[in-house]
Amino acid sequence: MKAISLYRIKKRNFNVKRFIEKLVEGALLISGSITSITILLIVIFLFKEASGLFNSPVIEDGYVLAFNKTNPVKKLNAYQIKQIFDGAITNWDEVGGKEEPIEVVRLSDLTKYYTEAELGANFENIPAKASELTSKHPNIILFLPNSYISKNFDGTLLKHETLRPGDFFGGKEWYPTASPAPQYGLLPLLLGTLWVSLGAILLSLPFGIAVAVYLAEISSMRIRNLLKPIIELLAGIPSVVYGFFGLVVIVPFLQKTFNLAVGETALAGSIVLGIMALPTIITVAEDAMRNVPRAMKEASLALGATQWQTIYRVVIPYAKSGITSAAVLGIGRAIGETMAVLMVTGNAAVIPHTLLEPVRTIPATIAAELGEASAGGGHYQALFALGCILFIITMIISISVEFISSKKYSK
Amino acid sequence: MTPIINTGNIDRKKRISQGVAFTIFKLMSYSVVAMLILILGFIVSKGIGVISWDFLTKAPEEGMTKGGIFPAIVGTLCLIAGSSLFSFPIGIMSGIYMNEYAAGSKVATFIRIMTNNLSGVPSVVFGLFGMALFVNTLKFGDSILAGSLTLGLLSLPLVIRTTEESLKAIDNSYREGSMALGATKLQTIQKVVLPMAFPNIITGLILSIGRVSGETAPILFTVAAYFLPKLPTSIFDQVMALPYHLYVISTSGTDIEASRGIAYGTALVLIVIVLIVNLLANFLRNYFSKKVKTN
Repeated sequence: MKAISLYRIKKRNFNVKRFIEKLVEGALLISGSITSITILLIVIFLFKEASGLFNSPVIEDGYVLAFNKTNPVKKLNAYQIKQIFDGAITNWDEVGGKEEPIEVVRLSDLTKYYTEAELGANFENIPAKASELTSKHPNIILFLPNSYISKNFDGTLLKHETLRPGDFFGGKEWYPTASPAPQYGLLPLLLGTLWVSLGAILLSLPFGIAVAVYLAEISSMRIRNLLKPIIELLAGIPSVVYGFFGLVVIVPFLQKTFNLAVGETALAGSIVLGIMALPTIITVAEDAMRNVPRAMKEASLALGATQWQTIYRVVIPYAKSGITSAAVLGIGRAIGETMAVLMVTGNAAVIPHTLLEPVRTIPATIAAELGEASAGGGHYQALFALGCILFIITMIISISVEFISSKKYSK
Repeated sequence: MTPIINTGNIDRKKRISQGVAFTIFKLMSYSVVAMLILILGFIVSKGIGVISWDFLTKAPEEGMTKGGIFPAIVGTLCLIAGSSLFSFPIGIMSGIYMNEYAAGSKVATFIRIMTNNLSGVPSVVFGLFGMALFVNTLKFGDSILAGSLTLGLLSLPLVIRTTEESLKAIDNSYREGSMALGATKLQTIQKVVLPMAFPNIITGLILSIGRVSGETAPILFTVAAYFLPKLPTSIFDQVMALPYHLYVISTSGTDIEASRGIAYGTALVLIVIVLIVNLLANFLRNYFSKKVKTN
């Protein structure tokens, strides 16, 4: 009798134990899935916020553009509108209309056509007068707040025209505060990012590989143990500190050396990023070279090759995929780096022609402008679209590193 | 009989080319290290004069050109604590799952790829994401909570990776020995695997603290305040933070030249934090590895 109950208790204990084991395993699995969920959420939120960009109007929110009804032009894209209001386009035939000069009228220009008395003491007559003005002037383009457009407005309204993908991906100007048509052109920022990152990798790759070879193959153990911690330490220094160093040392130095108006240039960004990418490149490339089987090196030396011949004929070719990974990771680090670049590149959103001009990169743009963009507006959405581009670039880099290093093992 | 190859000549050529190549590598390596030491030396020499007890314990004064950085230090400590509370348990648990439960399986590979991808995501994208999710959607506002969660997600891949590597380094015979004595899997992990991996895990955790303390982009839109002399009282308060403070006073302060001294001091404090973190990590690694050996 007693024996049976003891058995039961044991059995129940055993079940409770197994239940706890399963529970813990489940909790561990949930923790393990957090990174995947985060990636998924990043994708969802970034693309959700950015997707509104192509539904946002080409002109400022709450405003309309109006033409005369006889004007054959019914559509304008963001860049054309900006050109017209900047005075760069002055004739309708440049945007597909008749050969007539464009008459640009803003709200403040209405006083040139009507006296203040005519517009009313509280501007209550503006809707009627705007309608009248538009119908009388065949070549007019009128820029007004929505509220001044009456129901029986006599003219064509450009109201629901939305930003096209071409305006973003092919746009040559980034000018998010331009009025009446903000410019969200990706090209200057993308090119700025690529220039700075490529400059950085060109500067740091030769040095990175040289240090990796030196540490892995040439230096004595004692020197390696001395240098390795210093390099690891530098990987840990915050990017703002590098940016600050760039700002107070490298920027004035470049300004003096090249006799520039401003020292904040793409080159300054490349130098700072190059220094920052070094620890990554050195660590990954050195690991790859240390993984070269001892037997291969010994075989080469036994055949009479010198140590140097062994390095460049055996070690480097064998570690090629690892060195490639190092370079790609270095580029990835450089492309995504925000603060240091923001502090030293001058942040002029123009397409760069030389390394000695100020540029603006994608991450720096996000960091500098998100604070002043109102949530949900076109500017805000454009910044999230930049975030998407950045995310896609880094995903491609991560996947290609994965691909390169998996190739190594299949050989 | 003449030798088939005139070894003397070739040997000399070989030796010269090796000598030249090695000298170049050596010079490049030393120039890199020298440059790195130069950066550190520059910040230390300029900043050391600024550091004083007042600097570390007072709030900024007169448009951040005088006074200290105490609120920023407190803010950074809050963010370190908050993000660690989030990333340490989750990171260690995922590491355990990947190595002890799902080793070699497709699930583990998938988690590993995702973790690697996450570690490649630029910090500013974390900032965007944190703002969209924690600040706007979950309505935490600009707060320690939002900033800590964003930083926690950012440091998660590092914690997971170090945990997994530390567990991987433990020989399977220990696990088999424990199981053979009748211990369950959970008991084995609890009593055998984790205590042995502990030194390496703790090193990784400390290094992740170093990373979190210096990140700026993720906290720009989730927590960081430009100037806030009062200390936080709840997790929904904004705080100042050291890296953000350095950024604002060196680029957009009210009087950039006048606040240069403070900027050097702040940069030095950041470097000292990284230094302490690295030294502590190295010390713990050595200390524990000796202890394990003697046991």
